[in-house]
Amino acid sequence: MRAAAIIFRREMATYRQSLVGRIAGALALLLMGVAFQVFGSKTQLSGEMLSQFFWGSSGVVMGLAILLSVRLLAEEQQSGSILLLNTSPVRESEIVLGKFFSAATYLAILLAVSVYIPLLIKSEGKITGSQIFVGYLGLMLLGSATLAIGIFASTLARQQIVAAVIGATIVVLMLLLYQFSRKLDPPMRDILAELDLWWIHFQQGFMKGVFNLKDAVYYVAVTYFFLLCSVKTLEMKRWQ
Amino acid sequence: MIQVSKLSKYYGGKRALGPVSFEIDDGETVGFLGLNGAGKTTALRILACDLRPSAGAVSVGGIDAVTDPHEVRKRIGFLPEHPPLYQEMTVSSYLEFAADLRRVARGDRTRLVGEALEVTDLTDVAGDLINTLSHGYRQRVGLAQAIVHKPALVILDEPTRGLDPKQIVEMRKLIHGLKDRHTVLISSHILAEVSQTCDRLLVLGQGRILGAGTEAELAAHEGNVKLVSITVRVPPAASGEPYRDGEVDARKRITSVLSRIDGVTEVGEPQSRGDGWAVSLTSAKDLRAEISRAVVQAGLDLLKLDYARSELENTFLRLVDTGAAAEAA
Repeated sequence: MRAAAIIFRREMATYRQSLVGRIAGALALLLMGVAFQVFGSKTQLSGEMLSQFFWGSSGVVMGLAILLSVRLLAEEQQSGSILLLNTSPVRESEIVLGKFFSAATYLAILLAVSVYIPLLIKSEGKITGSQIFVGYLGLMLLGSATLAIGIFASTLARQQIVAAVIGATIVVLMLLLYQFSRKLDPPMRDILAELDLWWIHFQQGFMKGVFNLKDAVYYVAVTYFFLLCSVKTLEMKRWQ
Repeated sequence: MIQVSKLSKYYGGKRALGPVSFEIDDGETVGFLGLNGAGKTTALRILACDLRPSAGAVSVGGIDAVTDPHEVRKRIGFLPEHPPLYQEMTVSSYLEFAADLRRVARGDRTRLVGEALEVTDLTDVAGDLINTLSHGYRQRVGLAQAIVHKPALVILDEPTRGLDPKQIVEMRKLIHGLKDRHTVLISSHILAEVSQTCDRLLVLGQGRILGAGTEAELAAHEGNVKLVSITVRVPPAASGEPYRDGEVDARKRITSVLSRIDGVTEVGEPQSRGDGWAVSLTSAKDLRAEISRAVVQAGLDLLKLDYARSELENTFLRLVDTGAAAEAA
């Protein structure tokens, strides 16, 4: 896994230097602040206010995760720099993990910067630190799953815009699974609902400060599945 | 160093390469010569473990590249046609990244990057961002990443493409400098390039090897056919008897003089060029002295005499034509 660490360091340096990375980060923080202002002001209850903050932030996190991830491999394929990785003694899993953890770390840093908002709520209201922690854990897990989807889309396309469309389409379809499931009978209804990316696992769990192990397992499984798909796609493309 | 046996590569149903077989020894500098689409890049990408062959065996340094590509990748450095650069990195940080990917020990990294910078004459721009460099410098950075880990085999795909004449000379010098330390494979469709840098040539056409050997061996194999181009002038005073038609008679006279030279196998139609006549003729051996004597003795002015193409060009074009004819048949 040494190569994964090398790729991780390079990607982190890119986020630091890249104007796009900084602008995307600043925009995400701005939108989270706006979401807090718009949705949080609808209620006087601090618990409800925190939930509204996480509700708005989840949308920002998913959008940011797609933006951050679709660049990761599509850009390398488009510029030809992927050839350096392809002809080096680096495994596909190391490439994908290095890229994934760099984007996840950048996302975690941005989320950490936004923590002043729930701390403001806590200082004036009656919420606990564990509610804040669980909400952020949910945002991070949701973000990781979306990053994995974006990375998978990034392995499929050479153009970032195409990768973004593919990634966003997968995310939107997974966000609509709960709505689709309402039109079906059990057991398909329950199966589809459990596969929904947001409604069951975030909106009814993490967003309200409630930690369910199955929600965490779901996001880890989605992340693992799409990272595995990314590795397999790279393997097919690299040594075809 | 390299053993290739019955190697083929198909894209869908289309054959891009093979079957080809060849061997390359340690320390050799070998040129892959061929027209565009001849299969050079495909062959090099297979050797660089970027493409999997459809059939056949490839061994690099005794390691099977098909079953253990990861191990082979540790022993090669590859400069593709377009250098795989990260534009936002500085030259030195990019080379450090490339060295790390190739498993260079951390203690050796600074030294090896410094050596690669020195060999490729990049020390002055080590701290510059790659996207601020000229095309020639970027090509050198691409070469530096291919050698930074001191691989046994260096593969260079069209290393001088897009460079200006000065940069081409500099790149050739750099490649010459690699010959002592690495086995080097170079692909090119530029004859002068492989002729000046390589010990041995593999001529590819339609995905097959049409010829292999040194420049002299290839020329000998092809029967050493020479194509000579000359330009002569018929001086008015030397024309002797009056001609009914000046141009027709001049053509006849030139053709007659050249055809009589012993060893000339074919004389082309003289073409009017400025104040003289240009003629191409073929022979089985070097007849430049005999031709010049015959022309002067016939009272004609010899304005120019040279091979129409270099020896290697003759050989290359003949091999390619032969290959195309065989493919069509």
